[in-house]
Amino acid sequence: MGLFLLRRVGVMLLTALCLTFIVYFMTTLYPNLEKLAKTQGNFRMSDEAVASYLDREGYLEPVFKGYGQWLGILPGHTFTDEDGTITGRCIAPGSDPANAPTYCGVLQGDWGQSVTFKDDAGEIISKRLGLTGWLALAAFAVMIPAALIIGILAGMREGSRMDRSLSTFAIASSATPEYVSGVIFIAVFAASASPLNAFLADMGWISGRTLLKGSATSAMEDITWANFTLPVATIALYGVGYIARMTRASMAEVMTAQYIRTARLKGVNFRTVVLKHALRNALIAPFTVIMLQFPYLLTGVVITETLFNYKGFGWLLVQAASTNDIQLLLGCSVVAVFVVLVTQLISDIGYVFLNPRIRIS
Amino acid sequence: MDPLTWTGSLGTALNPLFLVAAVVFIGSTLAYVVASFVSPVPQVRAINETTAIAGNGVTELLGRLALVSLLALLILAIVYLMGGIVSPYGAAGIIGEIGQRFLPVWIALLATFVLSITFKRKLGLYGKLFDSPIGMVGFGLTMFWVFTAIFAGLFDMIITHEVLVQESGMKNKVPGTPLRGAEEGEFPHYLLGGDTLARDVFSRMVSGSITVLLIAPAATAFAFMVGITLGLPAGYYGGRFDTIISFLANLVLAFPVILLFFLLVTPEIRSYEMFSVFGKGITFPRAMAAVLFLFPVIFLLVLWQSRYFTQPSKRNLFVGVTILIGGWLYLGLAWDADPLGQVSMDAGVLIVFVSVVFVNAPTVFRIVRGLVLDIKTRDYVAAGQTRGEGPWYIMLWEILPNARGPLIVDFCLRIGYTTILLGTLGFFGLGLSPESPDWGTTINQGRRLLSVYPHPAIAPALSLMSLVLGLNLLADGLREESLRD
Repeated sequence: MGLFLLRRVGVMLLTALCLTFIVYFMTTLYPNLEKLAKTQGNFRMSDEAVASYLDREGYLEPVFKGYGQWLGILPGHTFTDEDGTITGRCIAPGSDPANAPTYCGVLQGDWGQSVTFKDDAGEIISKRLGLTGWLALAAFAVMIPAALIIGILAGMREGSRMDRSLSTFAIASSATPEYVSGVIFIAVFAASASPLNAFLADMGWISGRTLLKGSATSAMEDITWANFTLPVATIALYGVGYIARMTRASMAEVMTAQYIRTARLKGVNFRTVVLKHALRNALIAPFTVIMLQFPYLLTGVVITETLFNYKGFGWLLVQAASTNDIQLLLGCSVVAVFVVLVTQLISDIGYVFLNPRIRIS
Repeated sequence: MDPLTWTGSLGTALNPLFLVAAVVFIGSTLAYVVASFVSPVPQVRAINETTAIAGNGVTELLGRLALVSLLALLILAIVYLMGGIVSPYGAAGIIGEIGQRFLPVWIALLATFVLSITFKRKLGLYGKLFDSPIGMVGFGLTMFWVFTAIFAGLFDMIITHEVLVQESGMKNKVPGTPLRGAEEGEFPHYLLGGDTLARDVFSRMVSGSITVLLIAPAATAFAFMVGITLGLPAGYYGGRFDTIISFLANLVLAFPVILLFFLLVTPEIRSYEMFSVFGKGITFPRAMAAVLFLFPVIFLLVLWQSRYFTQPSKRNLFVGVTILIGGWLYLGLAWDADPLGQVSMDAGVLIVFVSVVFVNAPTVFRIVRGLVLDIKTRDYVAAGQTRGEGPWYIMLWEILPNARGPLIVDFCLRIGYTTILLGTLGFFGLGLSPESPDWGTTINQGRRLLSVYPHPAIAPALSLMSLVLGLNLLADGLREESLRD
């Protein structure tokens, strides 16, 4: 087990290095740098002005050297201009260059400056990640119980009408990506033109013009029922279908097992069989699926936050990508890759712990 | 011209009926779910000496009520849709007129179903699909969009207005608004309203299906070619090749899709020429296309070579045809250098296509590799090896045909997933031009005014959902039927 873990972590680190290097390489291609320079300066900058800006900021280093500096295994970039002022990645503005550390990369905990937000990239990311954390937490709190209940109800009597209708619902929900369900939710619950809202307002049951809000911007300060329901439902809906189908398959398989039949024949009632005998074994497979659902959640979060204008991690990613804010984009990709790899690891280890039949040699 | 209502004069008689059926359906479904919680044990009751029914009285009754009302709803929906075909223009409302526009699709669907059901015993797995209601619904939904794309794309039917034409005074107008001063022969209404640029939502929705159905299945097929060509040897040989390719596949899989799209599909990267070959600037997507599009050709060449190398005349024929046609398409699609000037791919479409293939291929690779690892332990593979069959013959002609079941099911699911990815790209305005009528782009444009004018975004959203739902149901039906034997 120890050796397996060590190897997995090793491969994980290698993957993370490769992926961040690819991101670094792509973002520092010259046309992307040019875009960055022009959004920082102005759009009519001459080519020389662009080149000198990039040189000063240290973006024109060779790819491997630049990546090493970002990582913190090579000395940070410094630049001396004509009148002898030294600026550089490690030198905070206004401080003495002599006191600045030589290395200042991710390994030293320095995530660099975001050029669009004029702030430390690490701080921006952690702040936005906190906001997304609430959204993801709420989405998972809705998604997992709903999916498990649907899956278990459908799988406990395979082929029944309950199974058919719940399975169809699960399939339909996994055919509804966030940008479709979000649009429909807003149109039904948050558009003043929708018949539902017109009816509710006519009856005087809602105080505003719509039942729920189509924008979650206010939820960043204060989460309420009205501004948070739709984004959470949007994220949760797409994931429910997949987890429910996996749970159903797993449950259906367990229900055909010999020990379930024995329990039934001994006269244990159906409810006890389902809850006490079948459930624990049926939940092993969905655990893996739920863990592997995290990476998909990221795409969902980006779409939902864009649609509902909730300025969390997904929104930040879109902003960073559209201005090619290199440090920010690298930081975001580290977070994203970390989430993917760690959930994969947890799902592997968890599977071994939950299923005693699996042994890793 | 008067504005159209949703159901027209047909609605005055049918709307109350529809409402009643809907209320009964929702009520009885909810009651059924509640009732089956309260009494979860089905009781078997004998009706007479020979028959017995399962289920207890109330639950069973509620279930049947839900089914009957659902049937009534479906029949009414069909009446609404078909009303426009028999009644004069406008009498059946928006829904009737839409039904009338889709007339060629209904005829084609009907013909397909009648023919398929008549000959279903002779049609193998495809015929068995018509034994499963879920599969039939899925097939129907999928073929609806396929026929729509065919009739709209090839014969210019269904579409009522040009997709890029802006009519004055039609900006953000609600469904059924008449055109101001429509000329003779011009379609007099915007059936599903106008978008923010005063274009017809209905026509854009219909022609969006052309873009989606051109790209999604083809991209999925390419991803399968890449996945199969790499997955077969990786699973069969194992060893270092497997380790390296698996690591690369996991690398791509660990890359968050959305980040990959943002990095790959930005305009800067798209037009950046890394180096040039024969005086032709090689951009990022072109380099990727040059590699990815090679796989189908390699796959076919190996396929023919491994089977017919003992019959050189046949082999030469197949290989020659593959090189000729495959090479021609390859030059045209990947390098934009078709010597005949016939085949080419728009740069925006190419980058979307390539990135979708790139995202899907590793998953297909993993599936194929897993299947090969399982199948290669079977006796018939060992028998083939003992007979002295070559490894590629075993992989392509023994293992691959026996892995077709799961692969076909996954192919259907993956087309749906690819459609969703295409929509995601469109939603972020990546790749395709902002004027493109494809569903993702249209949703992106409609979402800005969503809470005031929801209709321009709803139509493409529902279309996309119904196509993906159809593909998922189709995959489910196929899985069920292929597991049965």
